[in-house]
Amino acid sequence: MTECVQCGADVTLHDDAEVGEIVDCTTCGAELEVVERTPPVLDRAPELEEDWGE
Amino acid sequence: MQIGLLYSRIRKDEKLLLAELRERGHEVVKIDVRDLQLALDEAPEILSGLDLVVDRCLATSRSLYATKFCEAYGVPVVNSAETAQTCADKVQNSLALAQSGVPTPATDVAFTKESAMESIESFGYPCVLKPVVGSWGRLMAKIDSRSAAEAILEHKATLGHYEHKVFYVQEFVDKPGRDIRVLAADGEPLSAMVRSSDHWLTNAAKGAETDAFELDAEAEKLVEQASDAVGGGLLGIDLMEVGGESESDYTVHEVNHTVEFKALNETTETDVPAEVVDWLEAKADEADEETKHEVVA
Repeated sequence: MTECVQCGADVTLHDDAEVGEIVDCTTCGAELEVVERTPPVLDRAPELEEDWGE
Repeated sequence: MQIGLLYSRIRKDEKLLLAELRERGHEVVKIDVRDLQLALDEAPEILSGLDLVVDRCLATSRSLYATKFCEAYGVPVVNSAETAQTCADKVQNSLALAQSGVPTPATDVAFTKESAMESIESFGYPCVLKPVVGSWGRLMAKIDSRSAAEAILEHKATLGHYEHKVFYVQEFVDKPGRDIRVLAADGEPLSAMVRSSDHWLTNAAKGAETDAFELDAEAEKLVEQASDAVGGGLLGIDLMEVGGESESDYTVHEVNHTVEFKALNETTETDVPAEVVDWLEAKADEADEETKHEVVA
């Protein structure tokens, strides 16, 4: 378990969480990026860019 | 095999791929492109010893340059930089399809508001204005009137990035409330679905409903042609039914080069990540054979 960098609420990662994956904070709704798995470290997810996705 | 995965965000698609690769015993090196420094003469250490690199960059710009550098370093990469270049830009994509004789919607490209307005008027209303780069149905405009056209052109010219001053005007295809997404590996369809919506945009990212779709011979032929037209690879090929749902009459409006497949995996019975990894294994073997051949030669 770690905490949301935006609101400080507890965030629990799934067992299969990957570095680079985006998780939502269920308390404030912030999109968070998994930066480290063990121990879990989260950062704010990058903003959507215009050239993303297919 | 040792496989590199270029990424900057791990979506469900990448998680499915990673799980399948690891389950088969392959060693996966995750390469976050945000950490890379790509010199002209020497590959970064993280790219050394890889049998194959899979480009899963979320951002088109990163995909274009990262694949180009991999090829410059002699590191086998899928999809190729050529395919990425052609698919990343709707203008090049349309040109490649048209030049290969693949049916594709009538399209004009214009560089000023005035010339774009002439194109729009010649297509008539409704017609469609698309950004040359972009996905998930963003910034797409269905233009129903001259006044709407004037407003959108003004906004794009004034507010947009310079690429929005390249006006990509397309005929409106009156599809039967759905389009078709085909995942294909070097022209061979792996899985296909229809995306249906009451909205004129039927992207899965816009919330369209998805159902499995059985391709007929004509659609299979077009998928192969469209794949060849852009240089092959693992592609998402989008088709629309121009003769209604019952006619085998299609137009190919787009080919995507870092295709997302989670919706396909959930919609169809195909084990999509397994099919993709089968193809990756074959591509790695091909690359290995080529390397051996070069060494002998």
